[in-house]
Amino acid sequence: MQFYQEHLECMTRQEMNALQLERLKETVAYTYENVPMYKKRFDEIGLKPSHIQTLSDLQKIPFTVKSDLRDNYPFGLFAVPMKKIVRVHASSGTTGKPTVVGYTKRDLDVWSDLIARLVVQAGGSDEDIAQIAFGYGLFTGALGLHYGLERLGSTIIPISSGNSEKQVMLMKDFGTTLLVATPSYALHLSEVMEEMGYKKEDFKLRLAMLGSEGHTEEMRAVLEDKLGVLATENYGLSEVMGPGVAGECIYKNGQHIAEDCFIYEIIDPKTGEVLPDGETGEVVITTINKEGIPMLRYRTKDISYLIDERCQCGRTNRRMAKIQGRTDDMLIIRGVNVFPSQIESVLVGMEHIAPHYQLIVTKKGYTDQLEVQVELADATLLESFTQLEMVEKNIKHKLQVVLGLSAKVKLMAPKSIPRTAGKAKRVIDQR
Amino acid sequence: MERVKQISVFVENARGKLSKITTALAEGGINIRALSIADTTDFGILRMIVQDPEKAVAILEKQDIMVKSTEVIVVEINDEPSGLNKALCLLRDNDVALEYLYAFVSKKENEAYVIMKTDNADAAEKAFTNGGVRVLSAKEVYTL
Repeated sequence: MQFYQEHLECMTRQEMNALQLERLKETVAYTYENVPMYKKRFDEIGLKPSHIQTLSDLQKIPFTVKSDLRDNYPFGLFAVPMKKIVRVHASSGTTGKPTVVGYTKRDLDVWSDLIARLVVQAGGSDEDIAQIAFGYGLFTGALGLHYGLERLGSTIIPISSGNSEKQVMLMKDFGTTLLVATPSYALHLSEVMEEMGYKKEDFKLRLAMLGSEGHTEEMRAVLEDKLGVLATENYGLSEVMGPGVAGECIYKNGQHIAEDCFIYEIIDPKTGEVLPDGETGEVVITTINKEGIPMLRYRTKDISYLIDERCQCGRTNRRMAKIQGRTDDMLIIRGVNVFPSQIESVLVGMEHIAPHYQLIVTKKGYTDQLEVQVELADATLLESFTQLEMVEKNIKHKLQVVLGLSAKVKLMAPKSIPRTAGKAKRVIDQR
Repeated sequence: MERVKQISVFVENARGKLSKITTALAEGGINIRALSIADTTDFGILRMIVQDPEKAVAILEKQDIMVKSTEVIVVEINDEPSGLNKALCLLRDNDVALEYLYAFVSKKENEAYVIMKTDNADAAEKAFTNGGVRVLSAKEVYTL
């Protein structure tokens, strides 16, 4: 199987532009009518949905940012009554509150098709036995891939993440051919295989679909070698859908964008000005085939550029180059979004410590490790070791609650964290 | 009687951190009488008896080293079997809890000194005095 929806994946540019424009006009009108935040924003600048007559008219619309979702927590940006929402997903935000998205039945239907496309372009088919080692839950990754693979007709092993030895056992016993995982977890699994005395020839694995965090080409090479697979990367974010927004084909030369559902723009993150194809800037996405929570010009904060060349695979849609970084300070640690500001919110206001901290991110084997260094401020703690350890435990616990992941806390001597004149260097990413 | 002051110093568990403290004390001419260090993988607390605790605290604070001075009890015990046991039994019998202790040996005679931090210094001191264990004064300790 070469394509899943050939008519949508191999359109001419002209056909695609026409489809995008038609869907954009519909989306803008629909969003204006149904989402008060957008109506207000349009009205403030005197913009009417009827002013959107060409694809470049999109630039007249103000950007949407992550904090808009937070400000309208939990369901304020939904364009349909809750009765029509059949599923919600959420991702961690910069504060304790997650950003919440909702899907109608139709959205889930579209999403499943997008994932099925993703699988097919990555070399998968209905013959594959797919082990989904993403954590099932509010995170869009696992359920997104799950229903798309089911749509395609693959056999799914919904094992979720963790329990690595069991993962390896089932991978072998069930003859898993396709692994869905974060790159770091896939590499961890390869280590567990080795520890258990297996060789890659003992498995039937042939494909790995990696997502939810980026990885380097070096890491991909190691992974392909250790697992004996063709590894492809895919991209998505819950605010616009989840996985399925873009993904690599077997030629691994940029991620094909599902342009019938998403309009990509690359902007200069400072000025907001739209840049031509090939220039590097922030990815901005507009959904044009979504009911539950349509997004107009959502700023992803991911940095990339667009490739508009015909791909060897035959698809005509534009591709997004590997994400080069972020415009903000978001860290992805073990697949979880972490903002230094979240950590700051935990530390500031806590007793016995100074408001100075530093985050050290490292990789131990293939697993990300977060160390939070905190300066002690209260010498009376030195009277008792127990008290000092309590402070450490308390911080660790609060971080776990807010971040949803365990971090190592290291108490530091006063003034031992370097001070800078300008913006503090809060994060040392050694990965 | 003025109680003995011990100084507690926060030490990161990393190369060169402890010597930063000892260097500061050496330059200030502070002699360390006794010390103990309790550590985890990341940090330790260095506890010391020095000849001039106030000066030592000032020196360390000037170097941005976290330091706290705490009152402790120093007792003299015979450097022989059951010497320490006698003192600890007195605490137990008087319901005084011990937080930590460390010891050093006298240079002149057959005596050892034990530094103790308890949850109730008054009760501990009374127990020792009544039980025949000599409690040293601050002045005695600093000039040992």
